Amino acid sequence: MKEVSVFLNGKEYKTEEGKSILQVALDNGIEIPHFCFHEDLPMDANCRTCLVELEKNGKVMTSCTLRAEEGLRVLLDTPKVIRIRKKNMELLLAEHDHYCMKCRAGYFCKTAEIMKKYGVTGNEFRRNIVDRSVHKMGSAAEFDPNECIACNKCVEICEEIGVCFLKMDGHDSKTRVWHTEDPKIDCIYCGQCTVHCPVSAVREQYQIEDVERVLKDPEKIVIVQTAPSVRASIGEEFGLPYGEDVTGKLYTAYRLLGFDKVFDVNMGADITTMVEAEELIERLGSKKGLPMFTSCCPGWVKCLEFYYPEFIPNLTTARSPQIHSGGAYKTWWAKREGIDPEKIVIVSVMPCTSKKYEAKHEKLFINGMKPVDYSLTTRELAIMLKKHNIDFPRLNPSEVDREGMYSGAAAIYGASGGVMESALRTAYFLVTGEEYGKIEFHEVRGMKGIKRADITIGDITLKVAVVATAKNFKIIADEIRKDPNAYHYIEVMACPGGCIGGGGQPIPSTYKIIEKRIEGLYAIDRGMKLRTAHQNEVVKEFFEYVDSLPKKERDAILYTTYSQKKKFE
Amino acid sequence: METNNILEKIKAAGLVGRGGAEFPTALKWEMVKKAKGEKKYVICNASEGELGLFKDLFILKNHTEQVFEGMIIAMDFLETKEAYFNINRDYYEELRESIDGLIGKYAKDGYRFTVFQEHPSYAGGEETVLLNAIEGKRIQPRLKPPYPSDAGLYGMPTLIHNVETLYNVTDVRNGKFEDRRFYCISGPVDHEGVYHLPASFTIQKVLKETKNIPDFPFFAQIGGSASGVVYNKDQLGDHKVSGAGSIEIYREDILPKEILMKWFTFYMNESCGKCTPCREGSYQLHHMTKDAKEIPWDGIFEIVEAMEETSFCALGKSVGIPVRSYFENVLHMKP
Repeated sequence: MKEVSVFLNGKEYKTEEGKSILQVALDNGIEIPHFCFHEDLPMDANCRTCLVELEKNGKVMTSCTLRAEEGLRVLLDTPKVIRIRKKNMELLLAEHDHYCMKCRAGYFCKTAEIMKKYGVTGNEFRRNIVDRSVHKMGSAAEFDPNECIACNKCVEICEEIGVCFLKMDGHDSKTRVWHTEDPKIDCIYCGQCTVHCPVSAVREQYQIEDVERVLKDPEKIVIVQTAPSVRASIGEEFGLPYGEDVTGKLYTAYRLLGFDKVFDVNMGADITTMVEAEELIERLGSKKGLPMFTSCCPGWVKCLEFYYPEFIPNLTTARSPQIHSGGAYKTWWAKREGIDPEKIVIVSVMPCTSKKYEAKHEKLFINGMKPVDYSLTTRELAIMLKKHNIDFPRLNPSEVDREGMYSGAAAIYGASGGVMESALRTAYFLVTGEEYGKIEFHEVRGMKGIKRADITIGDITLKVAVVATAKNFKIIADEIRKDPNAYHYIEVMACPGGCIGGGGQPIPSTYKIIEKRIEGLYAIDRGMKLRTAHQNEVVKEFFEYVDSLPKKERDAILYTTYSQKKKFE
Repeated sequence: METNNILEKIKAAGLVGRGGAEFPTALKWEMVKKAKGEKKYVICNASEGELGLFKDLFILKNHTEQVFEGMIIAMDFLETKEAYFNINRDYYEELRESIDGLIGKYAKDGYRFTVFQEHPSYAGGEETVLLNAIEGKRIQPRLKPPYPSDAGLYGMPTLIHNVETLYNVTDVRNGKFEDRRFYCISGPVDHEGVYHLPASFTIQKVLKETKNIPDFPFFAQIGGSASGVVYNKDQLGDHKVSGAGSIEIYREDILPKEILMKWFTFYMNESCGKCTPCREGSYQLHHMTKDAKEIPWDGIFEIVEAMEETSFCALGKSVGIPVRSYFENVLHMKP
């Protein structure tokens, strides 16, 4: 690497030779508006808004494609740059507010903010409207071709995840996002497209108004439960540092929004760990259904049910954390409190879009009740907080209500490898009767798409793998097909870095940002006294209750089933 | 030895690309020769998607063999047997017999030609668009670098030439090259057609030699009837034909709206859709002109500036050439 000096508006910056000037600016906290640039994805250079002017000849260039070289001098806001940039933004965002769902609903819209900042009205030109309506990806996400600015990011991330469901379609000013017609390819609802869309043309299926409605209903007891990842990311929506743990502020915010009870998906994660660790030990004993796969990521489960139905018996039958805790609150907690469970509304806040899809599965209903009624993304919660004028960064922290109690093992569920590590901590105890002294399993941590390790528990050597993204699972699938005994236990998540890099997380989401969020999760775990699921008193109380139930009722709360899926199912 | 020989001959002849960009041919050859790759490709581009151009079709109809020879010379120079023939689908219908025959003939010596039938498009004139089209990718330009000479078709060093350039290569090799070019003359003239005349001729001289000087007030568009420059009749003696060799004559009383609509409709329909200024700008130019009672020149120039300064590839960038030159040379107005 050669270091060079470049000059932005006359100020010197040292950087790596060949680096994109846009990246140099962003790294140094200088904003240059851009829509099609994402540091982890291929360079498209199609939005033409990140303009700068070369000092030497007055040429206007896109800063994304301009490479750092010794002595390069660029100006960021000359009259020519301002004029052409504004024109290109007017062209790109013509009639944005008219078609943008967020703008129409009166939600906070980042695109509208950018437009305001650069004096872009959106009224100068008309949009060429194509004869295509909103396409819904299951009940998770959706895209509107008429809001699309053809930046291509969703298509690239879909490919990066290994799905290739989205594509750019059409020609000239009718170039818009669409989906493949290939019957062998289907969306897995991971929502990575939504977290890479700069204008919310691809987005989650909003449930904000549903939640607001139940909050106003005096008959309802509305419980909120938060996924592990949200507490290390939502601060970003309010300018707080990446990875900062805002758990306490979040609980306070929920109470301000009017939730009756503040519980936690982390409690559900501790339940999942118990169920899954027991099942793992059982399968190791019977040598059936190995390797066992995790199932808490609905995107991954959809991927398996569509692309790899042969592996359905390998999925753990444990329900996922939000379904476990949601079910627990509507059964065990409702019974204990003497509350009619029909009056309870469970709202999950998840870093994920596929959780919306999961929450609608009828197979998961308990006595005809949904374990989770609504599943908001981190971004939707941020919209709600902004809409209700909650000054999030200034809130005083508060505690979770008792039945939301959780362990550090649950807190790390959000990171790729976290589910595995939590299960291993408990499996170690269940097998050896002792706590694992080191507590932490660093072999399964980190951003690598595939992590392999041999873990010794008592006299068992477990061969494990931790996988993030469908693309990487393909490699593991080939390994298992060649050697069915290659692994005992495999964690798979659809998103890079796990849930913490999920499709419902704040925008932008980059590998660098995800790593910081992951640090935040492990810091939460380190700071806790309770670090294993099996030591969680609330979870013990819950199991005392379910163990007293007839098997059928118990199973309906703890386990699930899977089936092969058709396209669009 | 012979390979060096041909390169020296091309250099000496001063051959430049006849697709429109006029890039020195010898330089291009050296670049592809130097580039490393498991394979190398030669591509003949008979896309001819610009308005006012029909010389590639003429050359292929009359000199198919000479164009193929040019490809063989280039393939031998690069020591490759792989070539693609990118041809406007409509042309191929007409030329199938002679092209397929020659492919069969050269196959006996191990040369592999693949015909790629292109949906006629303006963007096909951009080399990287052409490469994406052949590879079955979205028909859009690629980010450069890498240039096709280093990483072109399927990532391999690739030499792409227009039909006329390859025709000239054969003449150079045979020592028959005279600095001539093919001129396409169209519009309300007496003798529309393709003419092979010295490249040194002024536009005026070409029109005169071909007995095409109109007897009515007129102006002309040179080097492509969409992206080409517009001159009034008094300027024709001062300029040679540039870019792709076309001269289109217009009656001087053609309404500004009519000629602008011709260009803007073309740009709108031919935009590949990749970048904002060309994709959206051409659409807006079309609509703001179509719907206007008076030509909205200020608005047009604002978009034209964005397109010429910031379009991703040369196609969108070129819109300012016809609009500005028409405005200044024919309407005698100043922006």
